[in-house]
Amino acid sequence: MTTTTATSPVLEATGVTMRFGGLTAVRNVDLTVNSGEIVGLIGPNGAGKTTFFNCLTGLYVPTEGKVSYKGTVLPPKPHLVTSAGIARTFQNIRLFANMTVLENVLVGRHTRTKEGLWSALLRGPGFRKAEAASRERAMELLEFIGLAHKADHLSRNLPYGEQRKLEIARAMASEPGLLLLDEPTAGMNPQETRTTEELVFAIRDRGIAVLVIEHDMRFIFNLSDRVACLVQGEKLVEGTSDVVQNDDRVIAAYLGTPFEGAPGAEEIAEVEAAEGSGAKSNTSTEGPAQ
Amino acid sequence: MATTEKTTATPRGLIALPHNAARALVAVGAVGTITSTFMSWTYTSEFPGDLTYYGSPAGLQVLALVAGVLTLLYALTCWNVRGLGWLNPAGAVAPVVLAAASAFAVSWFSAIAIAVDLKGLVALDPGAYIAAIGSLVALVAALALPQPGDTVKSYITKPDNIPAASRLPGWVERLVISAATALALVVFAYGIGVDQDASETFLGYLLLVVFGAWALLTAGLFDRISELNARHKGFATSMAFLAAALFPFVENDEHNANLGVNILVVATVALGLNIVVGLTGLLDLGYVAFLGVGAYAAALVSGSEFSRFSGVQFPFWAAMLTGMLASLVFGVLIGAPTLRLRGDYLAIVTLGFGEIFRITVNNLDGTSGPNITNGPNGISMIPDLQIFGFNFGTPHDIGPITLGRFANYFLLMLIITAIVVVVFNRAADSRIGRSWIAIREDETAATAMGINGFRVKLIAFALGASLAGLAGTVSAHVGYSVNPAPYQFAGSVPPNSAFLLAAVVLGGMGTVGGPILGATLLYLLPEKLGFLKEYQLFAFGIALVILMRFRPEGIIANRRRQLEFHETGQLDIPESGLPDTTVGVTKAGA
Repeated sequence: MTTTTATSPVLEATGVTMRFGGLTAVRNVDLTVNSGEIVGLIGPNGAGKTTFFNCLTGLYVPTEGKVSYKGTVLPPKPHLVTSAGIARTFQNIRLFANMTVLENVLVGRHTRTKEGLWSALLRGPGFRKAEAASRERAMELLEFIGLAHKADHLSRNLPYGEQRKLEIARAMASEPGLLLLDEPTAGMNPQETRTTEELVFAIRDRGIAVLVIEHDMRFIFNLSDRVACLVQGEKLVEGTSDVVQNDDRVIAAYLGTPFEGAPGAEEIAEVEAAEGSGAKSNTSTEGPAQ
Repeated sequence: MATTEKTTATPRGLIALPHNAARALVAVGAVGTITSTFMSWTYTSEFPGDLTYYGSPAGLQVLALVAGVLTLLYALTCWNVRGLGWLNPAGAVAPVVLAAASAFAVSWFSAIAIAVDLKGLVALDPGAYIAAIGSLVALVAALALPQPGDTVKSYITKPDNIPAASRLPGWVERLVISAATALALVVFAYGIGVDQDASETFLGYLLLVVFGAWALLTAGLFDRISELNARHKGFATSMAFLAAALFPFVENDEHNANLGVNILVVATVALGLNIVVGLTGLLDLGYVAFLGVGAYAAALVSGSEFSRFSGVQFPFWAAMLTGMLASLVFGVLIGAPTLRLRGDYLAIVTLGFGEIFRITVNNLDGTSGPNITNGPNGISMIPDLQIFGFNFGTPHDIGPITLGRFANYFLLMLIITAIVVVVFNRAADSRIGRSWIAIREDETAATAMGINGFRVKLIAFALGASLAGLAGTVSAHVGYSVNPAPYQFAGSVPPNSAFLLAAVVLGGMGTVGGPILGATLLYLLPEKLGFLKEYQLFAFGIALVILMRFRPEGIIANRRRQLEFHETGQLDIPESGLPDTTVGVTKAGA
């Protein structure tokens, strides 16, 4: 959208299927993320979103299907996926609790630095230079998410919202081309959700494509260029926010389908009209769930 | 700690006494204790340390004297005596109470020990009574000092707000560091120099050290010193090294020098283990095997006539490298298949491998298998080391002081310990060290950050193993012989896996000082407390349980650069998966 490169796919997942024994958690899902795009992934709890994420990042090896990043098929090892250029955050924050904020980000730099044990022990000029460069880059990222003033705090002592941000910074430290965010606004208040939204846009403006899992519908529909809806392991629909928002199957998946003989709009209107004269405040239209 | 200052307008002590009377009594009690140490405590020299002289304190009396002086100094800080303010920057009561407690503990322990040892109160001379009464008065009076928050706990814990000390000129700070290091050396050398049979004196020493250190801790002096050390890191490190190097000059006895070498060996090995357990978080229950591999490798190429290769005699540097290399290979061989496991599984497998080493060495005796290690007899008569014509086996004179065999080895081992400390520090503060800590904190997240968990863990394992092997090469020469017996999982003789692990956990995981202190304590205590005999392991277990209950992070806590903990006082909260639980709660609520 805003970026110059038109639509070269960053991530291509084709026919990804994940089975755990008899349970098929993800069934034949295709998903493409183009460069400069923010793609949302929604679905009810247990739909297989996080499993799908884990397949993308190599934490799980998909039973069938393949995942490729910028045209090359990804190896099924998390650390190789990261060094290829896909970074992620976790649904339940997984920071390195007893490391400082800065150190957390420095760990994210792991794949982009080379210094091994020997150079650490010998402390040559190369080591110092690389270390200084890493620190500089990490501080810059902390500046970007607004945590530079807390660089020396232990990450466990950060407030919740800042822990979420720090996780994003840590992921960005690996200089990814695609960032996977697993429920970045879970447990946040509307204010924090807004800032996260701005943060994600800012990340996209840095040329990083973003794939987001989220439950907060307003957040995801504001944010995403495209939204895919996953239900019971299968991709139900994919398209722009409007398309997905108004798709009956999506609504059904989230709210349930009306049972047979459920009061339709006309009946409700009738009832309302009948009751309207009496107590008008009591009526609240609701499509009864199953 | 709920120190509600508003509710109690005039803070009062636990015991009702006017403030002036209380502090005066503390001083009087302290003076009484000091005076008593110049008197006879018992009539016979049968009691260890010979406490019969007037005018010259000995044994437990010296300890009581030190405790008394400490109490007096802290009593004087209650009057804001000029020049003593640095002792008690917060003007807190806790250090006074604890100093008085140290005098009380030492004096009463001595009196009771004399009465018990010599069967009856008749054995006590007036000096002992004066010491007991004086120290009791001081303690009671100290408890009468006013203190906001009138629980007993507030009398023995560090106050929250200790004013930050003003910065001194650089050379003064260095002088302070030197003085503190010298003090530490004196305290340590005194402890190690206590006669083997004088368990009473050593127990008194322990009481004094524990309460005294506690008093200084609550006064904030330890924080002050570690702050200074952090500011002059290089200087502090070299001072510590110098102090350790001075040890054989201060303590000239061969037996004690031998103790010193062995402490250094186990401390070095514990440091190596700390890389594996403390930094990387891999529970290794068979670590002592690497020490054994190093020792055996060095013994085989030492030129001992019991060695399978008795004609081969490597120079020391080559033997050292051989030992390290052998341990490294062994470490990789064990690590490669096991490090794919996590947590408890890894622990069990390493435990198994550790035992396999010992049993294999036991059986490579020519009957059950090829003769390589000489079976349970081991390899004895390992010749002494010779480096550049310097024979470690013979005493050498340096000025007026003769350095014996063990003193020579002590200095050699000290250099190796220093190398290991440098390796530990540098490795920990680097890309690889951060990835170790990341793996310890959360392996899944670490791999998701691009860390090749297996590779990084294998490096930690191999590095830890080779450091243990390095220490092993020296220990083989120090001990004249190697045999399979000590390299087991648990036993009453020190270098065993459980001992090393306990040293790391007790001292403080992930720190440099922790394992060294832990190994020192665990080695020294059984050595000096001969009366424990077969109850050694029992006492050891109880001590571990108590420590883990009250200070789960170990004696020297890894402050991760002293952050936050201070402000929030989280030090005493055991580690738990804090972020995970918070997320769970918040998500449920959201």
